[in-house]
Amino acid sequence: MRCLWESHRRGILVTLGLIGLLVLFAIASPRTFLNPRIYRSFLSTIPVTAILALGMTLLVVVGEMDLSFPSVCAAAAYVFAKAFLATGSGAVSFVLAIASGAIMGWINGLIVVSIGVPSIIATIGTQFFWRGLILLLSDGIALSLASVRGTDIYSLFVGRMAGEIPVQSLWCLAIALGLALLLNRHPFGDSLLFIGDNRKTAAMMGIPVAKVRIKAFILMGVLSAFAGVLATLELANWWPTQGEGYMLLVFASVFVGGTSAYGGEGTIYGTLIGAIIIGIIEAGIVSAGLAGFWTRLVHGLIIVVSVSIYATMARRPQDR
Amino acid sequence: MEAMVEMKGIGKSFGSVEALKQVDFQLNPGEVVALLGDNGAGKSTLIKILSGFHSADRGSMAIKGREIDFKAYDVTVARSLGVETVYQERSLGERQPLWRNVFIGRHRLNRWGLIDVKREKMETMELLSSVLGLRGAGLSPDASVETLSGGERQGLAIGRAMHFGADIIVLDEPTTALALSEVGKVLSFIGSIREDGRSCIVISHDLGHVYKVADRFVLMDRGSTVGDYRKGDITPEELMARMIGLNGEVKP
Repeated sequence: MRCLWESHRRGILVTLGLIGLLVLFAIASPRTFLNPRIYRSFLSTIPVTAILALGMTLLVVVGEMDLSFPSVCAAAAYVFAKAFLATGSGAVSFVLAIASGAIMGWINGLIVVSIGVPSIIATIGTQFFWRGLILLLSDGIALSLASVRGTDIYSLFVGRMAGEIPVQSLWCLAIALGLALLLNRHPFGDSLLFIGDNRKTAAMMGIPVAKVRIKAFILMGVLSAFAGVLATLELANWWPTQGEGYMLLVFASVFVGGTSAYGGEGTIYGTLIGAIIIGIIEAGIVSAGLAGFWTRLVHGLIIVVSVSIYATMARRPQDR
Repeated sequence: MEAMVEMKGIGKSFGSVEALKQVDFQLNPGEVVALLGDNGAGKSTLIKILSGFHSADRGSMAIKGREIDFKAYDVTVARSLGVETVYQERSLGERQPLWRNVFIGRHRLNRWGLIDVKREKMETMELLSSVLGLRGAGLSPDASVETLSGGERQGLAIGRAMHFGADIIVLDEPTTALALSEVGKVLSFIGSIREDGRSCIVISHDLGHVYKVADRFVLMDRGSTVGDYRKGDITPEELMARMIGLNGEVKP
């Protein structure tokens, strides 16, 4: 029992946090939070930020950041929308969108790894660049994809299973499971952990450091593209400022989940729960009768409190 | 008897700095060689060439009689030939559990290409108890490296090399920055390398520590080897005098 607590205490804490919040919201507004409708709505909105946060977790583990993902989401979704309007083929458009995400991630990787620009700076640059490019190409005008409703790709990614469950939530769970295996049970994940822990050690022990870091950026690009396509499909609409609200939510999910900002360790499960916590707060606050303006304040509070708890836990006796 | 390592005329420059001029070096089976010299003598560069981290600009190298093509030689190839280097402070991932450190870069995979964690933890436990005799209370494969003492860390890295069948083990300053009681442990680990019939190169600038365990002493100075003595042929005092002489502090 003690052993279980020792090895999973972050996971247990963040799960208790989520349960506590749900109980609190259910007491404050039972009509909303004891009704399945709100949960159906969560299952369609949370997967987008959760998928982004899952990819970001791997990047944080390897000691990098990607601030360009909101623009990569929007740019890849723009590729999807344009391709769909031109060809009418969901499969072709999807493949093109994912490929564009991979290329944008690869470019981030090249700038950071091959040229040597710190990732936080490089990806601020690419964030502006891709956003600027799609604003130019689209003239700042949204694209309606009404014809995508009812197509195969629509049902595959954002349909409703058994008429109830938004399918994107299952995709999100599958991605979480896949990334958890990748991080904890695959040699690639092991390389991420060691590079994030100590890049020199990793290189001395024969890990192909540059390749692994670039691949981590490509993976983030692919997941950003997927999240962008999900958001566009769900609303059957592409809009040029898509993704702009995601930045803080995604980083909050990662750090509330218990992943260390120093790299070398991270938890996929924690990030998933963190994304749910961050995703339900707004609804909880509004349905409790408070003004929506409270949302940010509470987000901020939860982030500061959770990372402070983790920092206290990580402190070893000799540091005190 | 074929040499484990045979290096001839090795030269290496970094930009305009000539780190190695023309170095000949040989390591025989079952031998512990101490590579001595001051900082900047070229010891680290020489062993980084041996371990595949740098490639030489000039010269030739053979490992167990096999001629090495530097273009196709890296850390992974070196390991597959049995060359393994234990760098001080740089061989272990501090925040990772012991079992991940043992198998870094060469995990045991199951048929789905995933890490066989159960098997790795079992082998790690064996390694901890049998090879190293580490048996601290609560020591488990899940403990992080941070919980080990300096000597135990060196022991883990040496044990790891032996576990994977390395027979040319290079130790980079294994006793620097260790408490005296820890130095003893490390020296006994080095002793166990030889008892196992494997060869070892120990880089050090502290003769006092390595004199006991080494069979031969190779002195380096400013990118060249300047002395090669068997243990029976030289007393520690004479050796010390030559080392100090190189530094130009005392003229012999």
